[in-house]
Amino acid sequence: MEKIQQEKANLKYQLQNTMERKSSRKRKINKLVTILCIICVGLAIVPLGSILFEVIKNGVSALSVEFLTQRPGSMISGRGGIGPAIQGTLITVGIASIIAAPVGIFAGIYLAEFAGNGPLPHAVRFFNDVLTGLPSIVLGIVGYIVIVLVIGSFSVWAGSFALSIIMIPIVVRVTEESLKVVPNSIREAGYSLGIPKWKITLHITLKTAFSGVLTGIVIGISRIAGETAPLIMTILGTSLFFTGFDDPVDALPLRIWRLASQPYDSAHAQGWAAALILILIVLLFSVTLRLLAARKGFKVRVIRYSNV
Amino acid sequence: MSRTLKGPEEELSPTLQVSKVSESVEIERPTEVKDIPPAKLSIRNLEAWFGTKRALKGINLDVRENSITAFIGPSGCGKTTLIRCLNRMHEMTPGASAKGQAILDGMDMYDAKVDPVTIKRRIGMVFQKPNPFPTMSIYDNVAAGLKLNGIKDKKLIDDIVRESLEGAVLWEEVKNELNKPGMGLSGGQQQRLCIARALAMQPEILLMDEPTSALDPIASSKIEELVHGMKKDLTVVIVTHNMQQAARVSDYTAFMYLGELIEYGDTKQIFENPRMELTERYISGKFG
Repeated sequence: MEKIQQEKANLKYQLQNTMERKSSRKRKINKLVTILCIICVGLAIVPLGSILFEVIKNGVSALSVEFLTQRPGSMISGRGGIGPAIQGTLITVGIASIIAAPVGIFAGIYLAEFAGNGPLPHAVRFFNDVLTGLPSIVLGIVGYIVIVLVIGSFSVWAGSFALSIIMIPIVVRVTEESLKVVPNSIREAGYSLGIPKWKITLHITLKTAFSGVLTGIVIGISRIAGETAPLIMTILGTSLFFTGFDDPVDALPLRIWRLASQPYDSAHAQGWAAALILILIVLLFSVTLRLLAARKGFKVRVIRYSNV
Repeated sequence: MSRTLKGPEEELSPTLQVSKVSESVEIERPTEVKDIPPAKLSIRNLEAWFGTKRALKGINLDVRENSITAFIGPSGCGKTTLIRCLNRMHEMTPGASAKGQAILDGMDMYDAKVDPVTIKRRIGMVFQKPNPFPTMSIYDNVAAGLKLNGIKDKKLIDDIVRESLEGAVLWEEVKNELNKPGMGLSGGQQQRLCIARALAMQPEILLMDEPTSALDPIASSKIEELVHGMKKDLTVVIVTHNMQQAARVSDYTAFMYLGELIEYGDTKQIFENPRMELTERYISGKFG
């Protein structure tokens, strides 16, 4: 008994001793790690900042009302605008997200709330992740084969189809993850009131996870708004305004690519300006959605998302 | 319509002084009667599993109508599992299952023909931690059960919301902020909100799974008063790991140990004159 007491006292002494010895070293390590973290944050922000700076510096000179609303003019003159590209991006991305958001949300609900852990949901999750990582040009080819060759023309439908396939797995994954963090006690409260499961899912669980699901949609739309490769194979690009869903249409990323591949300075300036507009559209959209959500009383929180 | 709490408050107030715990069992109860009330819920040979682990070993017990029944016992004895079997909530846990009979007014809720969802409309439940719906206002939290079960009559919902909040002694505190989020209330208020939410469904039985374990003593005593007042309208089953609470609040007490029902009887008898040695040792604090 006494021996144990003595050992305990000994241990206590040793612990205190080492703590004192190490405390100054620990404080140094603490400081070092903090500084390292700040440096890393800086490193992460530098590219973003420099891109924004460069885009604004080079593009702002080409901005004008004419630039935003007119059809592209002659490449050498620096006249004309990107009206069809803005219009085409809004239409193509709009249709794609109208397809992808509900499909993705319901698939996410299935995986999180109804599927359990069997082999089928496991396979769905696996292929969904594979789909997220697929090179987007491959989905462009799919759009080309499935729609362009069938209806015989490059078209809005084909572009929206390809983009929606890129967006769906993102929405599925984020929806599933946001539903999974809703505490089970909330579902149980619903069950205990005799509410059917589908109503609990739609009216209680999904509402609780709403800000996360919204984040998924914002990430998805931001991603497809910047896609270029699948659009080359599906909507082709044109200098005309929208003429019909079965016809080719222009899009901002395509226009940027086209302007950037010209040898003229004026075309480059227009390219920078178009890039600035694309960034602004995505930014505006994401901020608006978040404000809308915040006004509805939902807490906007950022969900970690590792797959994008 | 009127679940006033005047009577019970007066009755119970001497027992709520935490310092006088040992005297609390000597309180004269109005239910200190010769004739036992009829059984509201008869549990017969109820067994429950988590996967292959048996958590309940053939429970037989009659819950009496318009009375308060407490389940006590050390951690892991199966009291929470048992209460979760009484509205078929237990089997919602992945891998969990239950078998046996739980007869509510002559109808076995474990009969294959019975829909577990409809059972929960007749038997309300209050959980260990307050769990109001986070996106809903105070009003919507109470109205949720009605609205999501297809009741559309606004006037009726308004009336029931008020009545339920009064029943949970929360109305006076929240009547001017019904549109504020339920999560903004204090812990004790949240728990009373959850009770109001359960009462709104007009349940015949209210199951309470350690409803005060996450609350401070003052909030707890409010809930205890409330529970005591509710029994003239419904039957209450309460799980508690606080023996003083069981003694203060309940009419009947069931002592459980390792998934078995050791002793069940009048609360006064259980606490003053237990028949089983195990019960006596638990109540006197020798283990548990």
